[in-house]
Formats: sequence, structure tokens, C-alpha cells
Amino acid sequence: MSNAIHKFLENTIKPNFDEGGKLVKYLPAYDALETFLFVPGHTTNGKGSHIRDGIDMKRTMIMVVLAMVPALLFGMWNTGYQHFLATGEAYTFMDAFFYGALKVLPLVVVSYGAGLGVEFVFAIINKHQVAEGFLVSGMLIPLCLPVEIPLWMVAAATIFAVIIGKEVFGGTGMNILNVALTARAFLFFAYPTWMSGDKVWIGGGMDETVAYADGSTGATILAQATEKSSGFVDAAGVAYGDSFMSAFLGFIPGSIGETSTLAIMIGAAILLITGIASWKIMFSGILGAYVMGLLFNLWGANPFMEVPAHMHLVIGGFAFGMVFMATDPVSAAQTATGKYIYGFLIGFLGIMIRVFNPAYPEGIMLAILFMNVMAPLIDHYVVEANIKRRQKRTMAIAA
Amino acid sequence: MSETAETTAIVKEPKEPLFSSNNKRLLSDPLNDDNPITIQVLGICSALAITVQVKQAVVMSLSVLVVMIGANLIVSLLRNLIPSRVRIIVQLVIVAALVILVDQVLKAYMYDVSKQLSVFVGLIITNCIIMGRLEAFALANKPWPSFLDAVGNAAGYGWILIAVAVVRELFGSGKLYGFQVIPDAFYDFGYFNNGLMILPPMALITVGIIIWVQRSRNTKLIEEN
Repeated sequence: MSNAIHKFLENTIKPNFDEGGKLVKYLPAYDALETFLFVPGHTTNGKGSHIRDGIDMKRTMIMVVLAMVPALLFGMWNTGYQHFLATGEAYTFMDAFFYGALKVLPLVVVSYGAGLGVEFVFAIINKHQVAEGFLVSGMLIPLCLPVEIPLWMVAAATIFAVIIGKEVFGGTGMNILNVALTARAFLFFAYPTWMSGDKVWIGGGMDETVAYADGSTGATILAQATEKSSGFVDAAGVAYGDSFMSAFLGFIPGSIGETSTLAIMIGAAILLITGIASWKIMFSGILGAYVMGLLFNLWGANPFMEVPAHMHLVIGGFAFGMVFMATDPVSAAQTATGKYIYGFLIGFLGIMIRVFNPAYPEGIMLAILFMNVMAPLIDHYVVEANIKRRQKRTMAIAA
Repeated sequence: MSETAETTAIVKEPKEPLFSSNNKRLLSDPLNDDNPITIQVLGICSALAITVQVKQAVVMSLSVLVVMIGANLIVSLLRNLIPSRVRIIVQLVIVAALVILVDQVLKAYMYDVSKQLSVFVGLIITNCIIMGRLEAFALANKPWPSFLDAVGNAAGYGWILIAVAVVRELFGSGKLYGFQVIPDAFYDFGYFNNGLMILPPMALITVGIIIWVQRSRNTKLIEEN
């Protein structure tokens, strides 16, 4: 079956797009769609020292998307769960899941539609192939947003991020900043009322006609932690010690994909086993956040500083950012030592911003963007240090 | 040296028409090919700071226009009297005097705008475009071309300022020159003003987009590498 389709594409459709065909202008668009379905034909044919196999960028990207699926599915269910929890209605597992799916899927569709639209336009203008980078960004963008965000804002942010974050620098592989985080930062600063507060995180929360059960608060744990200097409690008024498990499993309000550290860890495992993401960045990032958490514990000037260091790892977007965004191979540091420094500083700065600046409870986003900018500098000094070290060694041998 | 050039010009060359092609270029070049902001990247500071509203941008552009014409004319008239070792300080004194005049006029007649522009009117003194034109043009040219050069450069500065301000005010507060442009129906429908537009980074990005568009239309601006 798939062979027949492939033959049909190769023999009937493809010639239209080849040199001399009437649709040659749109070859990039065609090529993008074809290699989406089939492994590209240009693999190594037995000769040559550089092996070019079927794992091209598109398949790498698909792997990352697959790694995000647990977080996506959990996010769908949690959206419904938070909704029914807030309204106090009775619900079954499937009710919650379908309610959430209906809320989340439009975001995914809009994000992909807007982003790929821009990519296709630029590919055709610049006459290059449609790069696959957006496959991952398109999934990351909805997962790092609150569920109630209006669709047109998602589209605006996606277009902004793809053009300003990526295309102006030369397209996929040339971007300085992580595209998904650029979109999130755009929304965060452009429409703050839709990116924070206690309503946007819950399905139907911005709809004023939905009645809420008394005492339910939809604020994220981070927002509550910064607001209530008197104590660090979760939605039900339970002290943080008890909420570690629910934060780890993800039964808390938050951006769609980031609540469940467990689901993110499944994704992380996929990325690490396939070797796509750098364990150095993830490991040092967690270390950095933990060290910063411990330092704050020692200081302990306010209740937020006394939050146990391990708690910082499971609340907010830390896990999600660390696993899926900090490890973005384009915007991260490239050298091995650089990756340790880069990851460590993301964790360290992320928790620092989170605790110090109540206006920006989601410090991880800003920390990653900041370190994205710093990554080339880190690499520069790592490479310089390496050159110096080797120079010294040769000098020592020569002398 | 300029004196000899001066005398030969007076003796030999016929009088140049007021709007010769050279003089026209003085007016038109700064608008596009030699724009002070997008090509020379001068005066960026004020372009970021006072482009939140069109009104501020217009007042700022006019202030710069006035100061620039005055300074260019005065420096051009004095160009043979200013000793070159102290020319910078002389230029500064001239610019500063003009800026204080403009500032006082704004305070007298447009008090609220003057308050909004606050320190940036005073900072026209340090606007690199003005010092740049004085150094590069007025010191070596006659008053009439210097006047045209001042008008051209101030216009080049002004249109970028106003273009950026239009984008920022339209999307940032839904207004133009203080009047609401985006109808209430949009807001009822779920439209929101873009808070990022109010913040300075967006001015930088908007200027960047203008540079991008300009360079892709005007291919001779693209550097070879």
C-alpha cells in the first residue's frame, strides 16, 4: 500500500515539481510533505566515509515530538481534571480527558498552522527546502501555554517567534533563541493578563458564566508562593510538604504540558535513550537548580526561600524547560564543557529569578532565553581555554 | 584649505541653482539610502525611548528639526571663524543653546508633552545625528546646502521615529495620535492591546524590521561579505 503511494508520488506527482515542471516553484513545499511520509532517497549507497542514513533532521524532530506525547496526553487529562475540580461537577476519567482534548487540540492545530504557514512562505521566497525545526516548536508552544489563551494570540505569538526568532537569523539551525520560548515570552509580555493569574490555567476559567466551587483557587503553586508570603500552600490549602507528590504527578494547575514531572521524565527517558537530547545539560541544570534551592534554604529570609530545594524541581515549568527547551541543540552551548556550564546556569538563574522577582514567577523561561544568548560566549571561552591548554602542552613537549 | 576652495568657487563657478541635483540629493539621501537611523544607526536611544506615542514622536522630530536647522546654519556661517581645535565645544554650545530654547518653548506651549518627553528634549544635545552633521557637513559647506542637509537628515530621523511610533501606538494602545483607532467592537470580540509594544524592546525590533524591509528593497545597501 505505502509502496503504491510512494510510486504514485514519485512517478505522477513529483515530475510537476522537478526542473521544467509547472509547479517547480513549490518544490520546497512538496519536498517537505513527501519526506514527512517517506524516508528521503538521498542516503549513502555503500561508498564514502560519511554515512548518511535515514535518520535525518525530520526523524530526529519526530522523536522529540513523540517524547512530548506523554506530557501532552497528561496535559489534556489534567485540563479536564482541573476544570471539573473547580466546578465541582461529577466526572469520569474519559470526561476529563475529552474535555481537555477539546481545549488543547485547537491550540496545537493553530500553533502548527501558523508556524508552518510562515515556514512554507519563507521556503518558497528563499527557494530552500522547508526545514523541519518547526515540528518540535509547534508542539512546544501549546504545551508551555495556559489552556485558556485565545487562539489568535497563539497564532500571533507563533508568527512573531518564527519570523523574529528564526527567519531573520537565517531559518532553522541559525536561531539564537529557542523559538517556542520566544513565543511564550512574547505572550508573557504582550498579554500578561492571559499568561498569569488564577483563571487562565483552568479549562473554562476565563468564562465568567462557569460557576466555581467555593474555596477553589486556580493559581499555580508558584503564583501562590509569591503572593502569600505567609505560607506556601497548594490549591486545597495543604502545606507544601504534602503537595510534592501531586506536583510530581501533575495534579496541579499550570501550563498544559508542564504540570506532570513524571510525564516529562518519560519524555526525557526517550530523548536520552535515543541520544537526541544532551544529558549533560539536563543533569547540570537539575544540579544548578538544586544548589540554588539549598542556598536559599540556608538564607531563609522569606517563606518562599524556605521551600525545600527538591520542591523547586517539580513545580512550575522547570522540568519541562530543562528537558525540552534547554536541550534545544541549536540554541544551547555546543561544547561538552560548555553544556555543563550552560545547563548549570539555567537551573541556578531560573530558581533565582523565580524566588527573587515576584513579577516573574516563571523564571525558567527567562533563564533559558538569557543563557541562549550567552551560549556562544560560553563556547568561545571553552574553545579558547582548550587552545591554550594544548598550546601549553606542546610548549612543554618542545621545551 | 576650505578658504581656497571657497574663493575659487566664488571666482569661477557659475551660481548653482537653489535646487540643483546635488542639493536635491542632500534632501533625499537621508530619507532612504543614507538614513541616519537605519543606515548610520545614530540616534537610536531617542528612537527607542519616545516612540510609544505618535504625538511624542512628532514633537520630538520637530524639535530635532528646529535644533538641527539652527545648528547647521550657525555652524556653517561661522565655519571659517571656528578654530578647529575647539570646534567640538563651540558646536556643543550652539546646540545646547538651541535645545534650551526649544525646551522652553515646549514648556510654555505644550506643557504635558514636554513633561512626557522629559529628559529626552535635553538629550537632543547629545543626539549623535546633530553632532555628526555639524562635523561632517556644516563645517565644510555653505549655509544653503547645510540647511538642506539639516532638513533632509531631520526628516530621515523623523519619518523613522513616526513610523515606529505608529506601529507601537496602534498595536500597543489601539490609538493614533491619542485618538482611538481600533473600534470597540474589536475589543468586545476578544482583541487585546499588545503590552509588549509599549516596552522598549519592541521599538528595537520595529526598527530592525524597517531596516530589513529597506535592505531587501534597496539592494545596493547590502554589504558584501
